[in-house]
Amino acid sequence: MNVLYHNDVTLRERVAECLQDDFKHKAIETAQEVFYAKRGALVEEMGEGWQELRLRATEIRNHVTENLDYYVKLFAENAEANGYIMHYAPTDQDALADVIDIFEKHQAQTTVKSKSMMTEEVGLNEVLEEAGYTVVETDCAECILQKAESKPSHIVVPALHFDRDAICDIFTEKCGYEGTSVPEELTHFLRRYLRPEFLNADIGIRGCNFAVAATGSPTLITNEGNGRMVDSVPKVQIIFVGIDRIVPDLQSLDVMEALVPRSAVGSKMTAYFSVDSGPAHADEVDGPVEAHIILMDNGRSRILKTEFEPMFRCMRCGACLNICPVYRHITGHGYGSIYPGPMGVVMTPNLVGYDEIDTMVFACSLCGACSDHCPATIPLHDLIRAHRIEIVDEGKNHSNEVPVFKLLRKMWSDVGFYKFAMSAGGPMMRLFADSSKGALTVNSTWMPVVKGWTSTRDFDVLSKDRFRTWFKNHKPLAAETPVQENQGTEGGDA
Amino acid sequence: MKIAFFPGCMVDMIYPEIGIAAVNVLERLGCDLEYPDEQVCCGQGLLNSGYRDFNYPVAKMVIDAYDRPEYDLFVSLTGSCMNAIINDYPIIFKDDPVYLERTKKLAERSYEFTDFIVNYLGKTDLGASFHDTVTYHKSCHVTRLLGIKEPPLKLLEAVDGLQYIEMEHADRCCGFGGTFSFKQPEIAGEMVYEKCQTIIDTGANVLVGADVPCLLNIKGGLSRMRSDGRLDRDIRVMHIAQILDARE
Repeated sequence: MNVLYHNDVTLRERVAECLQDDFKHKAIETAQEVFYAKRGALVEEMGEGWQELRLRATEIRNHVTENLDYYVKLFAENAEANGYIMHYAPTDQDALADVIDIFEKHQAQTTVKSKSMMTEEVGLNEVLEEAGYTVVETDCAECILQKAESKPSHIVVPALHFDRDAICDIFTEKCGYEGTSVPEELTHFLRRYLRPEFLNADIGIRGCNFAVAATGSPTLITNEGNGRMVDSVPKVQIIFVGIDRIVPDLQSLDVMEALVPRSAVGSKMTAYFSVDSGPAHADEVDGPVEAHIILMDNGRSRILKTEFEPMFRCMRCGACLNICPVYRHITGHGYGSIYPGPMGVVMTPNLVGYDEIDTMVFACSLCGACSDHCPATIPLHDLIRAHRIEIVDEGKNHSNEVPVFKLLRKMWSDVGFYKFAMSAGGPMMRLFADSSKGALTVNSTWMPVVKGWTSTRDFDVLSKDRFRTWFKNHKPLAAETPVQENQGTEGGDA
Repeated sequence: MKIAFFPGCMVDMIYPEIGIAAVNVLERLGCDLEYPDEQVCCGQGLLNSGYRDFNYPVAKMVIDAYDRPEYDLFVSLTGSCMNAIINDYPIIFKDDPVYLERTKKLAERSYEFTDFIVNYLGKTDLGASFHDTVTYHKSCHVTRLLGIKEPPLKLLEAVDGLQYIEMEHADRCCGFGGTFSFKQPEIAGEMVYEKCQTIIDTGANVLVGADVPCLLNIKGGLSRMRSDGRLDRDIRVMHIAQILDARE
């Protein structure tokens, strides 16, 4: 499992690093603004149709999850009928062993890869390189990350933290580039640089956005065309498919394909969309002669029949990252997981457990913007809170915080104690407050617990009198207009 | 018709003036209010931090205090607490069918303050006047989780003299998030400063909200920015009830 990285330091230290990196911080903010505006315009254009599509996708994905054994079997049978060689990988180690076997069988030396989160998750590149194979990432952003030995800061646009000057420097140093930082020049260089790699590669490795059960087809959504080269040039092909990628048929694929590009980058469609149907047949010139599908679980099935099951609906579009007000500031690198942002905060502990994730599930204000934007209506913020509840239930919370929460429980469930605490706490707070502001200020950062707040904001002190005292003693105002019985609508307006 | 009024603990602890304004507004509209003394807080800070079982006695107290036959309706001045009671208490009471049922019944007769005035009472012009420039923070709980989008804006629009200026990303979280703002102060700080900057950029003199916790946070952010020179003027922070009560 290669999900966590840079976790030799705390989340707080990683966040501090990100906040100090003005370029990275600004780049993510700008990207969010662009995605927000583009997605917003498309969603508005669709009107009610957008919500209908989300609900349709939710139904389809739930249906597959509820009948997962059936659909896994159906997909596998139809994929085999198309000529794919199927491998079932319960764990990352099984998947890695399968890949190594294929490399050995073909005495392969080099592989070209199209961007795939699944291969990131199992740490495929590191394992192959250690075994002496050459791995070439061919997605522009992934290629930059590979050369810079950096980690993705976003699941869809992973090299967001490098600007063109940085990319120019990386290419100059690592690939012998001699041009300027003009984007067109950089991409033309990359095209020339990668072409021989495609032609020389023994094996092509890629992921899969959706696996169509009825036709046994893995699909691929890309924008650069490199995915199609990976697909069709090398003689051997390996496709990583998560067991949570299956859709029943082409009609359901159509629903997902309408949602993903809009949610991911605010486009109606991507430049390339491939629906594959196995290796080249005898009478076909192009395409691999041998094609493998690695159908991987790697902990995914653990959440079946739990409250986290809705994560099976996740399409990895990144819409939740693009709207998250926390991700916006701490970027993917703050989380220290290849799956960052709201979907990552839910998914990472599902995959790796609670022991090594530090305070990741607490780095969220539970604002719900993610759930609102999710094309598969996953209640992400509720699931983040569900992780917190599990952590406390399992006794994996920080023991030093427990007395604080015990005190809050006491104060909020015992009115007498509450009133006493208010009468004692008010004068105490005023003693340390800035009297002109009536608030605890930067001067109160020495106070335990309180410093969490006052390190960045002022905190208004308790009022001298309680509202409840006023209420009990007040004389009700006369009505200006008599109250009318229910004449409006029930509940909220949305 | 008796209305059980829920101001939220921050009104009782820190901002009684917000509660007083809301009571004035509702009483002028002819509402007969009660405020049961036997409760303190909805307790959502416990659940949201993972301490579901700690929230249980707190939630029971709230239900016992507010789910009484003599109360016809429940009106909450803070959207956040209302959301906790109607949407989160079912999680706390998942193994307690009696309280689960009582929560569901209470939820059916629950209204958030602005939603109650606009959609239950059918009123928008309350005769308020407030001559200043105002921007409104569309809090997460009122706007997204309760789905109350139009009522606060309709009420503000009807205030005499009020000049409304919409801020950028008005529905973006201010960074309060309960214990989040204590546990992750660096992140919460960035979030509130950004919210404050969008408020400052409107040029408005007054920030209005319908969720008290956000106001505590935003007021604290603006105050800190004023001290360290990032803000060079005073911006008032007010609850919408105070605007609707105003005759200035």
